[in-house]
Amino acid sequence: MEKRQVSNILESLDWITVGLYLLLVLMGWLNVYAAVYNEDYHSIFDISQRYGKQMLWILAAVLLIIIILLIDVKIYVFFSYFIYGFVILLLLLVLTLGVEVNASKSWFEIAGIRIQPAEFSKVATILALANYLSDPNRRLLQLKTLLTTLIIIAIPMGLILLQNDTGTAIVFVSLIFMLYREGLPGWILFLGFMAIVVSVLALTKPFIVPMAVIVIIALIYAYSISKQKDDVKHFSLGFFTIIGIFVGIKYLFSLSILLEWIVMGVILASLPLLVYYAFLKRGAKMLIIWVISISFILFSYSIDYFYDNFLQPHQKDRIDHVLGINFDPQGAGYNVHQSKIAIGSGGFWGKGFLQGTQTKFDFVPEQSTDFIFCTIGEEWGFVGSTTVIMLFLALLIRIIILAERQRSHFSRIYGYGVFSILFFHVAINIGMTIGITPVIGIPLPFFSYGGSSLWAFTILLFIFLRLDANRRFLVK
Amino acid sequence: MKDEYSNKPVIIGAIAVAVLFIYIVRLFILQMFETQYHESATSNVLRLMVQYPNRGLIYDRNNNLLVHNEAVYDVIVIPRQVKEFDTAEFCKILGIDKDYVQKQLIATRRYSRLKPSIFLKQISSYENALFVEKNYKFPGFYTQTRAIRKYPEHNSAHLLGYVGEVSDQIIKQDTSYKSGDYIGINGLERAYEHLLRGQKGVEIFLVDVHNRIKGRFKEGKYDKPAIPGLDIQISIDANLQNYGEQLMRNKLGAIIAVEPSSGEILCMVSAPSFDPNLLSGRERTSNYRMLELDSLKPLFNRALQAQYPPGSTFKLINALVGQQVNVLNPNTTYSCFGGYTVGRFHLGCHSHPSPLRLIESIAMSCNTYYCHVYRNILDHQGQINFRKNFMAWASMVKSFGLGDKLGLDFPFELPGFIPDTSFYDRRFGNKRWVSLNIISNSIGQGEILTTPLQMANMACAIANRGYYYIPHFIKKIENQDHIPEKYTTPIHTKIDPKYFPIVIEGMFQAVNGGAGSTARVARVDGLDICGKTGTAQNPHGKDHSIFIAFAPKDNPKIAVAVYVENAGFGATWSAPIASLIIERYLKGEISPSRKYLEDRILQANLIDGKASGI
Ligand SMILES: [Zn+2]
Repeated sequence: MEKRQVSNILESLDWITVGLYLLLVLMGWLNVYAAVYNEDYHSIFDISQRYGKQMLWILAAVLLIIIILLIDVKIYVFFSYFIYGFVILLLLLVLTLGVEVNASKSWFEIAGIRIQPAEFSKVATILALANYLSDPNRRLLQLKTLLTTLIIIAIPMGLILLQNDTGTAIVFVSLIFMLYREGLPGWILFLGFMAIVVSVLALTKPFIVPMAVIVIIALIYAYSISKQKDDVKHFSLGFFTIIGIFVGIKYLFSLSILLEWIVMGVILASLPLLVYYAFLKRGAKMLIIWVISISFILFSYSIDYFYDNFLQPHQKDRIDHVLGINFDPQGAGYNVHQSKIAIGSGGFWGKGFLQGTQTKFDFVPEQSTDFIFCTIGEEWGFVGSTTVIMLFLALLIRIIILAERQRSHFSRIYGYGVFSILFFHVAINIGMTIGITPVIGIPLPFFSYGGSSLWAFTILLFIFLRLDANRRFLVK
Repeated sequence: MKDEYSNKPVIIGAIAVAVLFIYIVRLFILQMFETQYHESATSNVLRLMVQYPNRGLIYDRNNNLLVHNEAVYDVIVIPRQVKEFDTAEFCKILGIDKDYVQKQLIATRRYSRLKPSIFLKQISSYENALFVEKNYKFPGFYTQTRAIRKYPEHNSAHLLGYVGEVSDQIIKQDTSYKSGDYIGINGLERAYEHLLRGQKGVEIFLVDVHNRIKGRFKEGKYDKPAIPGLDIQISIDANLQNYGEQLMRNKLGAIIAVEPSSGEILCMVSAPSFDPNLLSGRERTSNYRMLELDSLKPLFNRALQAQYPPGSTFKLINALVGQQVNVLNPNTTYSCFGGYTVGRFHLGCHSHPSPLRLIESIAMSCNTYYCHVYRNILDHQGQINFRKNFMAWASMVKSFGLGDKLGLDFPFELPGFIPDTSFYDRRFGNKRWVSLNIISNSIGQGEILTTPLQMANMACAIANRGYYYIPHFIKKIENQDHIPEKYTTPIHTKIDPKYFPIVIEGMFQAVNGGAGSTARVARVDGLDICGKTGTAQNPHGKDHSIFIAFAPKDNPKIAVAVYVENAGFGATWSAPIASLIIERYLKGEISPSRKYLEDRILQANLIDGKASGI
């Protein structure tokens, strides 16, 4: 590559994003140091410790950035399907050749270094989607396009679910933001958002899953056959708003309302309304759909009831084992309590760097990985944790601004993909440490200890910056 | 087109702002207003006290308590909180010296200044009371309750096993264990660790600068009580077990008794033994080393791990296989004149009446008879079928639970050995061996190895006329209705039940027959004991004495195998011990006419001059 081109890239690179990135990565490193600080190994550069290793990962990430920036943008477009295919292959291979860590079979071990292909599948999926959807002949709302899009998302998601890594699989749901920007109607985003909320809840309340899936499918079908599309639209908006409000109240203020009963109540209460719609407006078809879905819901609920009340402990164990359900050995919510104590004890100013005690007693599990935000909250207080949140927010907003200034659709779609993934990770990860979202094992971008996740997020972001540096030209 | 999309970036941005704004509000409430979370170096400190669960108790089949817990206390230190203190008083209360204090302070500081570590293990409740009273003088120290195991009977060490601190290796494999936790290391404590251990809990206290507990954090809202382990009832009869331990004092060997109708193990004795309390408590490590160095190997569980040749008891199996393959029937008669001779080969026999039929051959344990039977089993369809016959024989033998681990609920069982064709091919060369090469198998002196447990199980299979249950200890688990199915499913041998009565009659005659019967010493009036003596050749010294038996003859209630090492012929030591065990179990006491026998056994010292077990 010629010198002129290199200087061109450096000139048009978005240094604000680069700055935010570096700030977050360095803060992450310091907090990993604080989280696993070991007095016998004072040096933050000691590579026998996690903080020393994190430094190596960061250095490697810088090297990755240089390589990413030097590669011609056209390569990313041209090879996007190939990269996608390659990652899918890796996801398949890891199922047989991978090593098992914490009950998830999702790691390759090469020369003592563990790599998690699922982390990289996010980049690959977004690249493939950007390529597919940026074709000027395609409109997202065409059935074929929509289905293909969903399949592109579903394949890696399914394979990751097979690895028993539910957390990472759920991340793909966040791509609804990207699809919304590219043409999905707003009310579907709303439903999608509710679907995220409900399926996230489903991890702790298993029986909601089939219920939510049934309701959503029924609604979509009702929408497609209904002549009064607005009625269905308004009805579903109202339906989910009510559930959403209850869910919000429950989780924000920790009220112990029996969520299931509320959902059931709302569904049953809506029945007369539906009967009214069915007879007066559209005919029997709608009614049949609702009767079927409600009987399915009752069925799934009765299974739950049966499971709880009639099965012997050893029979339950067997079923749990088959379904891959692990119970929290410390008792439900124990980790979250510990995490809240740690963060709460930080107060306004925090206890100061390396002065945290809760986080050092190993009271909070996964201190340097999924629960790194505890260390921030404890040692840097409200000031520090708010700063970190604001930095993430600044990065997210900046990504939207950059995405909107792209000439080529490919770059814009990719940009919104980056936004979706980062936003989901940040929201879920921080949310779980303060007890708003359930505990899903996904890392805090740039902060959490671990090479795979740091590199994957770096690649994700810097491919976008590389595309952005080329924003004046059409890449495709 | 433009219009439709223009507000979408704003909406997406607004969602991100809204969500993260909610988080900031939540953080603000959490960090500014929920003041109970606050702490600093100068005010209250949270202290998380781990609550160790009470380990489950173990009862015998008659609900006698075999194991219980006793409270002890660990002194914990958090090095960073330690300030100057009166070392002399500290040492006096805890009964330690200043060197220990220095050494431990350095060691714990090295581990971590902030994390609590154990300063002194297992002080008594008396020492703990003294210490708690003066605790305010020793900032940075506190005590924590633990429970150690106590074994009130002071015996059955092999059976009960012991509990110790979990090793680093196990912590790596199973993250539910943390350093300092206890785990069952051997015996039933190990086999039922998953039920007995329970779950740890935690209590969170607020502690002020003077090291005083100010109260529970948030009224105990975040406390989590420890969940005690499950109690279990085992099939052992403690009286019988104790009696067995007494009988085996000053002897090397094993007794194992099983109820044939269920597979429940009634007693398991391995001698020499030791007091299990030696391996519970502060002196565990040094006591363990002492036991390990003992030349009589008291830590070795002979009942499941000693692999001896079965000796003449194995003739029972050959008698059954012989009938099954139609080379033997109750009227088959062979003569014996001091042994079995083919060309230059000779295998001796003791003197007894001749010729013999099947019943007498068992009752009088004739070697010659079984040399004929065994060769017929292997050669009965001509040389061509030799290998096939051999494999059929081995497979029928294995169907009695020999040559493989039985899979009982107990650790470190050994499989014994039943040779196969490849074993002999290696020894003699491929297909270069014939029945005469392996003739010792006919009388249980060849390459066959069995454990006492397998012998007892074999006795069960014969007593049941053709089937057995996998021997097991578990009888009842707290809150559970069933024990695992594998222990309640009968396993059938490959011998037709109709061939058993004649063999059992032989065993009955061995004990209750006339002149020439080998085990008349084991006879008890009214108990119909059926038995078979054996002698395991021992290349290192005097032979081992073996006896297997069951009683009564119909509807057997107990099957037993007794091994006494270096005790010579089976009838001398093993048979009387087995008969005493059976009598004690079925009658509850020893009849006056047999007291002399009991005294002889109790007083016998067969270890002669070797260092004694503890
Ligand atoms: Zn003879």
